[in-house]
Amino acid sequence: MISTITIDGKTVPFTEEQTIMDAALAAGVYIPHLCHNPEFKPHGSCKLCVVEANGRNVTSCTMPASPGMVVVNDTPELNEDRKALVQMLFVEGNHICPACEATGNCQLQAAGYYLHMQSPHFMHFYPPRRVDASHPDIFLDLNRCILCELCVRASRDIDKKSVFGISSRGIDSHLVVNSESGRLGDTSMAVTDKAAHVCPTGAILIKRKGYTVPMGKRLFDQKTLPEFHLEQQKRVEPEDGPDGG
Amino acid sequence: MPSELETAANPEKLKRIVIEPVTRVEGHGKVTLLLDEDNRVHQARFHIVEFRGFEKFIQGRPYTEVPVLVQRLCGICPVSHNLAASKAMDVIVGATPPPAADKLRRLMHMGQMLQSHALHFFHLSSPDLLFGFDSEAGTRNIAGLAMEFPEIARQGIGLRKFGQEAIRMTSGKRVHGTGVIPGGMSKNLSCEDRNWLLGEIDQVVRWSQEAVNLIKRLYGEHKDFYNSFGYYRSSFMSLVGEDGAMDLYHGGLRAIDDKGQTIFDHVDYSHYGDYIREEVKSWSYMKFPFIRSQGREEGWYRVGPLARVNNCDFIPTPLAEAERKTFKEFDGGRATHATLSFHWARMIEMLHSAEAIRELLHDDDLLSDDLVNTGERQLRGVGVIEAPRGTLIHHYRINEDEQIVRANLIVATTHNNEAMNEAIRQVALQYLDGQQLTEGLLNYIEVAIRAFDPCLSCATHALGKMPLEVELIDAEGARIHHLIKDADGKHRA
Repeated sequence: MISTITIDGKTVPFTEEQTIMDAALAAGVYIPHLCHNPEFKPHGSCKLCVVEANGRNVTSCTMPASPGMVVVNDTPELNEDRKALVQMLFVEGNHICPACEATGNCQLQAAGYYLHMQSPHFMHFYPPRRVDASHPDIFLDLNRCILCELCVRASRDIDKKSVFGISSRGIDSHLVVNSESGRLGDTSMAVTDKAAHVCPTGAILIKRKGYTVPMGKRLFDQKTLPEFHLEQQKRVEPEDGPDGG
Repeated sequence: MPSELETAANPEKLKRIVIEPVTRVEGHGKVTLLLDEDNRVHQARFHIVEFRGFEKFIQGRPYTEVPVLVQRLCGICPVSHNLAASKAMDVIVGATPPPAADKLRRLMHMGQMLQSHALHFFHLSSPDLLFGFDSEAGTRNIAGLAMEFPEIARQGIGLRKFGQEAIRMTSGKRVHGTGVIPGGMSKNLSCEDRNWLLGEIDQVVRWSQEAVNLIKRLYGEHKDFYNSFGYYRSSFMSLVGEDGAMDLYHGGLRAIDDKGQTIFDHVDYSHYGDYIREEVKSWSYMKFPFIRSQGREEGWYRVGPLARVNNCDFIPTPLAEAERKTFKEFDGGRATHATLSFHWARMIEMLHSAEAIRELLHDDDLLSDDLVNTGERQLRGVGVIEAPRGTLIHHYRINEDEQIVRANLIVATTHNNEAMNEAIRQVALQYLDGQQLTEGLLNYIEVAIRAFDPCLSCATHALGKMPLEVELIDAEGARIHHLIKDADGKHRA
């Protein structure tokens, strides 16, 4: 038997072990997110997907759906909070969209547009962060890392290499590279690895690619962030439906 | 030769007049005049008061990012920085762009030349020329122009719009596009866009002719004044094509001295450092380049439209070439060194750009998909282009990890630094010396600066050598402590 929850009044079916996010995306209901990617185990760090479930704020990508759950998602208040989170991500790192090769393909930038972010609002931290160009094919720019852990998960769970990890805590958290020198060039990472292609921002770039995709043909020139994320969900679903038949 | 106004013996005893900001130019600058009790001018200087730092903060960035990053130096001529950097990156990726990419870049560059020249002439300078240098300041602007001469203003805006559209269609955006990539282009011109440009181009050529006629008429009506205003002779430098033709996109460096004698010719610009040096002065964020063989004192020169029209043997489009000949022959050649003839030369170039676009638009290569070449990577690349304001040099070194490790940019306005200072010294001596200063008279100084169409934002690159002056002042305004860091990095109290 299929149970249901409601999201903003819409009835959404879910199966056992599905989170609110899984159920929503499978039903074509968009909940903004950055660190979630249906190909990987949820992480729950960016907090953009926080919704109100039965009157309580929860991270929808990690909270299991339960029968009859009443979820509030697309409200001005929640979207204001999401915008503030995106603004904080912008000022916490060094995200210079005008000079970033990921512009037009960047989910952080797209989230900013989607949430009508007009300015960073907060004071920039301008943290001094490392750039690691030691790998022959991959450029690692920690200025743009939002600690989503997607590269960590991809390298560990798909590539089976565990090239990346997060070190320290709180505001000192940062991405580290698993090699004695700490340099990406001294790891076994290859440009064909999944970890090289999951970064939602421009922190992991493929060298010599640059601006080869012209304006008008970049990812978010062609589709909105919700369209992109909903398609991402469809790619991982079995062909005969979200419940696997 | 710089005049005696470069330094004053006892500046602290003199009155200081400051024009700040200098208006109707790109960026922030100021002029200081030191006068004695009889209003005799003892010093006139043009200072750049903003600081950018691009050469430093691009260090460590991947070379693929740099042409897009450095174009943010400027909102008026970003295409020039984008193209100069991309030409340097062509060298770094070891590839000559395919013919289609070369033509698309030229189309973009001609669009840039057209829009920038139109902006400068119509929006920034024509109010001085049409209303008079000391006319009512409140109407001496583009709004006043639109009221008094609506058709001229309309054509100026239309010309700029066309240039911006050509840029958008080739780069992706009117300002700060990304179409140019190392080794070529990422996009071609669509048929639809070509048809739009073709539909407009005849009118654009016609308007450009009218603009040349306008400045020619003004020049003719005020021949003696225009010829003598801030007049001095100087060397000129620009790129020229292999055959001596005006080529704004690519060529070798040519410099001629104030008597028309060749200093160097068809120089491979990747060796620019053998021919040009830069000097830092303590009172400006802008460096002072000079031609090495002429020395620090005598080696300054002018770049930009006047230099290019004077330096080239011919312009390879017929209407502009006819205008070049008229210009060169005007009044026995006297206009060729006049400060205000920059405007005339600029409009000849605008006409050339319009004609060049008309020719290019009939070339089907613009629609080609063969857009990028690759080659063997190099660690050093120099790209030079003739930007609207003059010769633009971008020089980069990368490391084995493909990061920028060193960058040097010599921007058109920087080449013209000493020349602009000389122009304001001449104007100060001619018109301000001993006079009771008025807003109108001070505008004479600004008119001389505007003739060069300086872009001060682009030109501030004396990184690491900026002089600094710190004063500690108490609540009553008395100076308690004073420390100066000189251009050589030494400190003194």
